[in-house]
Amino acid sequence: MPPTIALDVIRYRPEQDAEPAFQTYEVPFRDDWVVLDALNYIKDRLDGSLSFRWSCRMGVCGSCGMMVNGKPKLTCAAFLSDYLPGPVRVEPLNYFPIMRDLIVDITDFMRKLTKVKPWIIRDQVWPLEEGEYRQTPEQLDTYKQFSQCINCMLCYAACPIVGLEPEFVGPAAIALAQRYNLDSRDEAAGERLKILSDHAGIWGCTFVGECTQVCPKHVDPAGAIQQFKLTAALDALKSFLVPWGTR
Amino acid sequence: MSPMSNLAHHHTAYHPRWYRRRMSVWWWLKDRAYMKFVVRELTSVFVAYFAVLFLWQIRAVTQGPDAYAQFMGRLKTPLFLTANIVAFLFVLYHTITWFNLTPTAMVVRVRGKRVPDTIVAGSNYVAWLIVSVIVAWIFTRGI
Repeated sequence: MPPTIALDVIRYRPEQDAEPAFQTYEVPFRDDWVVLDALNYIKDRLDGSLSFRWSCRMGVCGSCGMMVNGKPKLTCAAFLSDYLPGPVRVEPLNYFPIMRDLIVDITDFMRKLTKVKPWIIRDQVWPLEEGEYRQTPEQLDTYKQFSQCINCMLCYAACPIVGLEPEFVGPAAIALAQRYNLDSRDEAAGERLKILSDHAGIWGCTFVGECTQVCPKHVDPAGAIQQFKLTAALDALKSFLVPWGTR
Repeated sequence: MSPMSNLAHHHTAYHPRWYRRRMSVWWWLKDRAYMKFVVRELTSVFVAYFAVLFLWQIRAVTQGPDAYAQFMGRLKTPLFLTANIVAFLFVLYHTITWFNLTPTAMVVRVRGKRVPDTIVAGSNYVAWLIVSVIVAWIFTRGI
């Protein structure tokens, strides 16, 4: 077992660097350490100026997403032992503007997320005394998978369309839109269809499928988008065949 | 350099300087998964090639037996044989990759339960086999 492992980490200090560059750190190798542990070791013992985001260190908060050896990963779930003998390449998430070192600007993602209205919308809200909106286990089952998203943005860093088309709403936001479309308590599927039925929305996706591969929560955004496309296509066909029908 | 552009170039607390990495034209060569995707997209060219070839064949049929015999003779040249074998392999890749993706795009539920992916994808292969058998039967009937 090697006593240490090297980490090639992207550094970018906007006040002094013209562009990002790698810096190598040698950290102790431990079987039970993940990349995030190694970064924290660097921050605590070697170089306090290294900046990165993290919080829960157990795959729930979705803040420690970075590129590890070129693949988007939650660094709290990427074991050093899977990258032996090293060096491990750690970079900020692809396609996002870099603010400092491993920290990216997520403003654009937040804007896209709210654009699709990922919350329950009803034509008429029941008064409280009517009780809760009930769902059967089957109704819950139709959208439960898509509700597991933790907004870690790994799917954005895996999607070449996000890099090529800056306006593309992206995998997680569309998956969340679909999550509310499929919710039996929600009544705004038509509204979201209008928002997402263009080239920046579902039709921007060319089904690369990498978003689903990298998702740490098995949300399957690629599936959500293709299913959304199918609904949109059937909807368009229906309005073409039955133009007088109410939608 | 004007004072304004000089300011824009420097990082201050109120004027942060984000760095945007450029995406290489060769992005799809850097990752096996991306490469497989681009090849899958490219296969549609060969699907179009077979469609054009089929239209050409219909045109030859309408022009009479001589024109059709000439068309069939042309298909037997090494150039067309090679082109067709290559195109066939790409179309096969096209078919298989898209069939395997159907369960992702189509959720089939029977009595509230989601039908397993292997059955959704498998039904495509079964339909493919049935259609192929029928086509083969039509063509070999006269022999």
